[in-house]
Amino acid sequence: MDIKAYIILSLALFTIGIVGVLVRRNAIIIFMCVELMLNAVNLLLVAFSKMHAMSGVAKASPYFASDAQVFVFFIMVVAAAEVSVGLAIIVMMYRNVHTVDVNFLNRLKN
Amino acid sequence: MNAIILTAIWGVIMMFGGVFIKSKTAPRFVAITGMLIVLSSSIIELLTKKSFFNFDHNNMLHTDGFNLTFIAIVMTCTLIYFLLTGTEIEKVGSHVGEYFALIFFILCGISIAATFNTLLMLFIGIEIISIPLYILTGSDKRNLKSNEAALKYFLMGAFSTGIMLMGIAFIYGGNPNASFYIDKIQIGLGHMPVLIAAGLLFIMVSMSFKVSAAPFHFWTPDVYDGAPTVFTSFMSSVVKVAGFFAFLRLFELSFGIVHEQWQYLIAFITVATLVIGNITAVFQQSVKRMLAYSSIAQAGFMLLAIFALNAKAKEGILLYSAAYSLASIGIFGILTKMEDYTIDGFNGLGKENPLMAFAATVFLLSLTGIPLTAGFQSKFFMLMAAVDNGHQFWLVIVAVIFAAISAYYYFRVIQAIYFKESDRNVVVANAVNPFFNYMLIVIIALIVIIGIYPEIVIGWMYR
Repeated sequence: MDIKAYIILSLALFTIGIVGVLVRRNAIIIFMCVELMLNAVNLLLVAFSKMHAMSGVAKASPYFASDAQVFVFFIMVVAAAEVSVGLAIIVMMYRNVHTVDVNFLNRLKN
Repeated sequence: MNAIILTAIWGVIMMFGGVFIKSKTAPRFVAITGMLIVLSSSIIELLTKKSFFNFDHNNMLHTDGFNLTFIAIVMTCTLIYFLLTGTEIEKVGSHVGEYFALIFFILCGISIAATFNTLLMLFIGIEIISIPLYILTGSDKRNLKSNEAALKYFLMGAFSTGIMLMGIAFIYGGNPNASFYIDKIQIGLGHMPVLIAAGLLFIMVSMSFKVSAAPFHFWTPDVYDGAPTVFTSFMSSVVKVAGFFAFLRLFELSFGIVHEQWQYLIAFITVATLVIGNITAVFQQSVKRMLAYSSIAQAGFMLLAIFALNAKAKEGILLYSAAYSLASIGIFGILTKMEDYTIDGFNGLGKENPLMAFAATVFLLSLTGIPLTAGFQSKFFMLMAAVDNGHQFWLVIVAVIFAAISAYYYFRVIQAIYFKESDRNVVVANAVNPFFNYMLIVIIALIVIIGIYPEIVIGWMYR
């Protein structure tokens, strides 16, 4: 399949993520949108990896096109670490104010 | 290499130490011991250019005089930070060992971000810096401001990480070498592939987020204000300069060849950062919030190094790291002792505690960039780098004007310290032990010495 289709799909997912972060007010949904952005990147990296492997340019170079697939595992691990910290922060906030609405976060403005 | 391994090991030791040691003061001494070990081993590595640990990392990390000097500066500043404000860390909460452990992990991330040779290591390094910082920001669990700061910082940090990853993916896609190594990114002169151009923009935006450059600075004042003051001190000094170092290293080694194409963007970000940071700082009533805006303003000066991207800029960023970290750690250390964080809270400090007042004055003068302090030399080197660059001379003029404006809000605090009477009984709330005073004298001495002989910082680079 053409690489353009993958680029368009992952950019669409990425944009949905960005719009979600900017528009939604629920901390957990914002968080899910961030995860969506990371997964769009994962998809794009795997697609590019396959593209480089098929193009033959990578065969000539000493660097393997599978680097990107290893990168995807790193992104997953880091995202998992981020989830554990992020959910802890959201739970901590919920315990104190009994809501996860980010509109509630205006104490620091003044 | 030494710094990466030893900080990671010491972080784990501190973490398990927190389980077994019930004493509240012991973790501080363990941490200071660890910091001494890390500092001495990184200086040994700087002098001998050999690491204690030899393993095959497939050239993913690269050490040279420049980044080893930077790591030594960071470790020195952190040691001073531990010695000066270690007692304040103990007051934040009940898990003292873990706070120190997280700081060691951040140092590990800084060492990776300073020596990375692939985009993978850049990403890992930045994340190892960020994730413990989210925890430290929210460490004051009962305080709503701390919660809010942590959530904001976390959401913004994760968002900018996503943008950075998208940039990395684009650069990988556009790179015919199919490699993440920063020196293997094939750009080609004149005509840049659209994927690489998009990737460059994404990475520039996300790095600007991380170093709080305008127009991506909006999280900074809230986070710096809400976090416990001791951790704000660390965040705004060591972590910030580490972000700049990674920024400079990435843009020099991988995009240096198309420097003239993105130079205008950096010039725009620099001017916006200087304008927004300085002008907003003028209107702040709280010293903590004023220092948050001033850190944005200082970021504008550090961006000049990325704008110039020459040998002087590399010397300048080392000098700026040392000067800015020392002054920032010092002034925040004094702030932790204050009863009231507003500017009026500093009224009458000169009478009550002359040494602390003098130290605060020196730190603020250094942040302003008055001659004989390290801040002057670092700003001077940055401006010299920008002049050497040869293009965009107006940027230097703008920077000088805003350096002059910054004097207003720094001097307002000095004025409160010496020329105003206090209407309250105590200006300094927390007990000041003699050791704190000795450390203040040490920092003053370092600032003045670097201000007179900047070679003692820069010279290490060429050793």
